[in-house]
Amino acid sequence: MRRFLRRRLSVFGLAVLVLIVALALFAPVFGDPGANDFAAVLQPPSAQHPLGTDDLGRDTLARIAHGARVSMQAGVLATLLAMAVGVPLGLIAGYYRGWADLVISRTTDLLLAFPFLILAVGLAAILGPSLRNVVIALGISALPSFIRVTRGEVLGLREQDYVAGAIADGARDVRILRRYILPNAISPLLVQATVTIPEAIIGESVLSFLGLGVQPPTPSWGTMLSAAQSFLSQAPLLAVFPGVAIALAALSFNLVGDGLRDTLDPKATR
Amino acid sequence: MGSYLVRRVGTSALVLLLASIVVFVGVRALPGDAALALAGEERDPAALAEIREKYGLNDPIVVQYLRYLGNSLQGDLGFSTRTGLDVSQIIVDRLPVTLELALLSLLVGLLIGIPAGIVAALRRGSWPDNVSNGFGLLGLSIPNFWLGLVLILVVSVQLRLLPASGYVPLLENPVQNLQRMVLPAIVLGTGLSAVLMRQMRSAMLETMSADYVRTARSKGLSERQVVLVHALRNSLITVVTVLGLQLGALISGAVITEQIFVIPGFGKLIVDGVFTRDYPVIQGVALVTVFGYVLVNLLVDLTYSFLNPRIRVSGAAS
Repeated sequence: MRRFLRRRLSVFGLAVLVLIVALALFAPVFGDPGANDFAAVLQPPSAQHPLGTDDLGRDTLARIAHGARVSMQAGVLATLLAMAVGVPLGLIAGYYRGWADLVISRTTDLLLAFPFLILAVGLAAILGPSLRNVVIALGISALPSFIRVTRGEVLGLREQDYVAGAIADGARDVRILRRYILPNAISPLLVQATVTIPEAIIGESVLSFLGLGVQPPTPSWGTMLSAAQSFLSQAPLLAVFPGVAIALAALSFNLVGDGLRDTLDPKATR
Repeated sequence: MGSYLVRRVGTSALVLLLASIVVFVGVRALPGDAALALAGEERDPAALAEIREKYGLNDPIVVQYLRYLGNSLQGDLGFSTRTGLDVSQIIVDRLPVTLELALLSLLVGLLIGIPAGIVAALRRGSWPDNVSNGFGLLGLSIPNFWLGLVLILVVSVQLRLLPASGYVPLLENPVQNLQRMVLPAIVLGTGLSAVLMRQMRSAMLETMSADYVRTARSKGLSERQVVLVHALRNSLITVVTVLGLQLGALISGAVITEQIFVIPGFGKLIVDGVFTRDYPVIQGVALVTVFGYVLVNLLVDLTYSFLNPRIRVSGAAS
């Protein structure tokens, strides 16, 4: 029963996720996020504007839909970046150990010495505000966890008999890593990815909220919340919808991640 | 224990040294000319050259770094280019504000997270467990700055129960201080409690199925004793470690929470510094943050290894 409920929640998460991806893909259907309607400024939801309008008379639904593109890109691309760099480094550190491990592990410690947001804020400030740079900043900030997870997995897998067998067989290192080690390390990496994506989505909204990320007039959930701050008493709903969007996006990934962990790791005591 | 201690402290010192280089290089990589920032309104080339000379900006970068390291070790973090104030002094002024916020948030996080985690683990599958799990998932998914906005909206704007923003020093007026700190502490604390609850729950589930708990039960101890004396104690060890790692999340959270509630703390200092290109302030705040973070994690690790000797052994073997 519990397991069923758990699965049902994961299914719900997956459904929400599909919905948000669809929203991002078909964003133009919901209208032009930059079109001003100065006759309808700060309007509550209506038939014409299902989620109302902002201080410049722009349709909130259109902006949320286009914001979904920014959030999904930031979340997924930052995670892919962290994986693309972190996984090879983790493989090298865990497989060769020795000085390579020492250098990589100390670099990881160094990155971990900076709290996530301080690192992201600093990198975003150095790189300048744009979506690409937000992705780079968040990707670097997420790097240590991927290195650690990969390294830990490889350290264990390396001791397996089939790896010793492959070595005795004269297989080259690249082949061993690709054929025998990486496939067995995939599930913890997938789970880590589902944890990282929502963090990156929230990270993007925070950076954009602070003015260090996506710049107006490009709609992003973070910049929308930042703009809504000035109109809390006149148009409270403006501050509600983008936040609900962020929370739902992050929640859907977390639910799917929990489900994956349940299915992939039978030992998990959840 | 001795060699572990030395090794662990050595690693931390190395990380701090490397981090100081990263901060130094990072601040220099920020867009904009440091001399221009120091000069303020001054644009005269001769005056700029004089400033470069005076602050040693023409020296090789290694010399500049060593001077900065030497000064920092003596507690001299330079002067703000915006206000001209001593950066060390600004930090000493602002730090207590953020520490108060962090402590209150920690209190909120522990008071909600630990009991919720225990109940969820003991009544696994029941409605309190489901409520706790739902709360935990929501806590991880809701961005804390948005929670802040919603609380301001509901509590301050609609209900007019508490002031929306601002800060009154604790020693000046404790009541007004707390009135303004309650919402930010709830915002930061709920996120923390979600993490703690999830950790506490899984730690409790693990210890409750351990052999020594079965032994304790078969000895005929009451369930209450089993839980309080055997399971809870051992679970808390795990949670303490997580708490240390959560300090980073608390600092990150403080950055944005202080921004929303306009609290003149550490986090606001660094964001303002980034926007006004106040390099000495960014540099100083980043350095002190990293120092505190590394130090706390070191202390947590040492406490942990003290409480759980197995860590020391496996640490020595690797």
